Amino acid sequence: MRVIIIGNGIAGSTAARLIRKQSDHSILMISEESEYFFSRTALMYVYMGHLQAKDLYPYEPSFWSKNKIDLLHAQVVELDVVNKQLKTHAGQVYDYDVLIIATGSIPNQQHWENLQLEGVRGFYHWQDLQYISANSEGLRRAVVVGGGLIGVELAEMFHSRQIPVTMLIRESSYWSNVLPREESVLVSNHLKAHHIDCRYNTSLQAILPDESGRCAAVRTNHGEEIATGFVGLTMGVRPNVELFRSTGLEVDKGILVDAYLRSSVPDVYAIGDCAELKYPPEGRKSIEAVWYSGRKMGETVASTITGNPTEYQPGVWFNSAKFFDLEYQVYGTIDPQLPEEIDTLFWTDGQCRSVRINFRKKDQTVIGFNLIGVRYRQEVCEQWIKEGTCLEQVLEQLALANFDPEFTPEVESNLLAIYNERFNKQIRSKSKRDLSSVITFLKKKFTVL
Amino acid sequence: MESLSISNPSPSLLSWRSKVGLVLSSVGFFILLLIWFSGQSFSNWKALMVSFLLMGFGIRIFVREEYSRFPGGIKNNGVWFRSLTARGIWGWLLGLILTLFYVCLYWFPSYLVGLIQAFEGLSQSLRKAPADAWFVYGSLYTFAVVIMGMKFIYKYRHQRYQQIRTWSVIFFQLGFSYLLPGVLVSLQQPELYFTYFWPLSYANATPATWSWQSQTFLGAFFFFFGLFLFFVATPILTWFFGKRWYCSWVCGCGALAETAGDPFRHLSSKTNAAWRLERWLIYGILGLVVAVTAMLWINVYTDRALLEESSALFYKTYSFLIGGLFSGVVGVGFYPLLGNRVWCRFGCPMAAWMGIWQRKASRFRITVNGGQCISCGNCSTYCEMGIDVRQYAQRGQDIVRASCVGCGICSAVCPRGVLRLENASGDILRRGKDVGIIHVPSSSVGVL
Repeated sequence: MRVIIIGNGIAGSTAARLIRKQSDHSILMISEESEYFFSRTALMYVYMGHLQAKDLYPYEPSFWSKNKIDLLHAQVVELDVVNKQLKTHAGQVYDYDVLIIATGSIPNQQHWENLQLEGVRGFYHWQDLQYISANSEGLRRAVVVGGGLIGVELAEMFHSRQIPVTMLIRESSYWSNVLPREESVLVSNHLKAHHIDCRYNTSLQAILPDESGRCAAVRTNHGEEIATGFVGLTMGVRPNVELFRSTGLEVDKGILVDAYLRSSVPDVYAIGDCAELKYPPEGRKSIEAVWYSGRKMGETVASTITGNPTEYQPGVWFNSAKFFDLEYQVYGTIDPQLPEEIDTLFWTDGQCRSVRINFRKKDQTVIGFNLIGVRYRQEVCEQWIKEGTCLEQVLEQLALANFDPEFTPEVESNLLAIYNERFNKQIRSKSKRDLSSVITFLKKKFTVL
Repeated sequence: MESLSISNPSPSLLSWRSKVGLVLSSVGFFILLLIWFSGQSFSNWKALMVSFLLMGFGIRIFVREEYSRFPGGIKNNGVWFRSLTARGIWGWLLGLILTLFYVCLYWFPSYLVGLIQAFEGLSQSLRKAPADAWFVYGSLYTFAVVIMGMKFIYKYRHQRYQQIRTWSVIFFQLGFSYLLPGVLVSLQQPELYFTYFWPLSYANATPATWSWQSQTFLGAFFFFFGLFLFFVATPILTWFFGKRWYCSWVCGCGALAETAGDPFRHLSSKTNAAWRLERWLIYGILGLVVAVTAMLWINVYTDRALLEESSALFYKTYSFLIGGLFSGVVGVGFYPLLGNRVWCRFGCPMAAWMGIWQRKASRFRITVNGGQCISCGNCSTYCEMGIDVRQYAQRGQDIVRASCVGCGICSAVCPRGVLRLENASGDILRRGKDVGIIHVPSSSVGVL
């Protein structure tokens, strides 16, 4: 059987690896962007001089040929789902039995004028990094439009090269459409401490050119003009699916897929950022453009294709990021605005660490953890959430979750103190922060199963 | 690989204050070189003090500027862009100077006469004995550990594990490998280094050493203390904490690598070929040092009949190739080219011994936080031992490797908080594999 995968990102590469692991199918993975799978999330570190470009490869180049996964560095320009064929820009035609589309995302844009100017670019692809790098020479200020995850990456990149950064952020604090107010303020203050010029409640109105066709300034909705040689557009991403709109596949925002990640056409699957779930699991979005979902979908589709039909079950939501020096982890459900039926327990040192535990008011079952500057164990948090553990028990066992490096001052007792005061209780920690206790705790789950 | 490259930023990423710091410390270093190369004509303790002060202050200015203007965090900006840390011209030059120094130290100490003379006053006041090449070496070595150790502590001021273990290596280097031996000399006792023992200090267990150490109580005690540490204490401590209890908390070689060598940690090779070479070399050298020592003792017990010529020759060869060339010239001289743990990774027989225990019977491992790895590669890049940490992290597998010295930098540089150094006996036989993998089915952990 001939499997073709379009896209070699985390979704496509995971699918390829696991199909190979479980079968002898012939596998061809096609990418327009790069010869080999690389870690997109680490692009920023190459620009900052932390990593060399070759360090981005999670697998050595020889890995793919050793495992008989054929690679093709080419652009797919035509898809014929009736004859099960696709054509590359070089005019070559490839037949497939099963097609997996994993084309990822492209940066969002709005209908501003002058987007074609030199010095205006999104940040997503390897080529974007090269472009940004080439445009950094002599840059006296960069403007980043958008206050999300890619925006803060871009700000950190310029900051590392001592290029002043202005961020135009539509909301009143950083990423406040995702982060609860306190965390959002914490991160906003952290950006300020790095001298990032954040303009809140501000959006881009126009990009202004100079006489040579480069961008010279931006004008904000407040009418202010900010001189800049580079405008980074980071208002999120959308599925990279233009090619598939006229091929007979059902495409809305992304390629519509069922629970088995099947598209509307037999033997064509879509995974990762470019897939849109017709029936997303409860509490999940129909499109999740994150590394972890892409990987999970890759694992799922590989099982299905190798004869073990598997529904996509993403499990308890988790994500992580880093805002300059602040690590961020989230497990379960954390809404930016607290819903009526949910309560929250929150502690922060006001600078670089915070822990939030959200729980249902009616029975105090824990539904989510939001962490800044504190590391928690995913398995432990996941188990508490899955089992609907009540807050009091979680607090007593909270040390089990702590994943901070040894000797890091613990913060769990602060949460206990806040809880005891608020609910007039006297609960105490009953667990230790050591791996043996964690393993004992987690093993219970295995015996239950 | 050409498609994957970006242009280095052409203006230096250093601010003028950082440059002032670097220039001052370079001038200090230059004065040191002047004392060395000009022989006796420029040699005096005042010049030496000026050199030390300039180096110390220069580094202090650099540290303040680079690390303290912003909140504590990972400060690796520009590491791969800078000539000194990315095998550029300054890196090669520093490597050349260090190599030259080691060659003189081991085989041509007379070329160090200028330095020896400059250290005469210090030697007299500490040890009540004249300075020699090895006192010069110990002094410079300790100075580097203390100054660069302070720099490291400031660089990681947000991570207590890093700070505490660095205070520990500074303490052991300054106290046990510098001041105590000096005091012993001043008291007319044997010059003993209590943090080094056989087989790292291969001479410590030879018949020749025994014959002079057994003459004093302290000497005899030290002889057996070394053997006790090797055979009894090392396996026990390694079982509890992994080899890090020694390599990144006590050892003097580790002390220099973790402090002065820190700017070069990313230069270690991560290839599979390097790993294969590592296993051949390090266990080969452990075998050699055992063989050399055994031959010397057999020689004594057979009244020098059996191995007279060959054992002495064997010993000399070992001390030239391994003791001098490998541990000194390559081990430290090549910091700016091959990374800061070349000796520890490829050569040290003590590390080999602990590695066996760490791999087979230790509670120490690095655990992975569920499915959080984004395969960014920071952990592998900054592993001074050349372990491809990412290979384990991205499939959710605990890291149990003989070579890991437990420096904890992989955990520190991870942008997603995925790695943690842990000691636990709970699942020592299964190494946490069944609970370490949540998002990848355990059946898929293997070659792929």
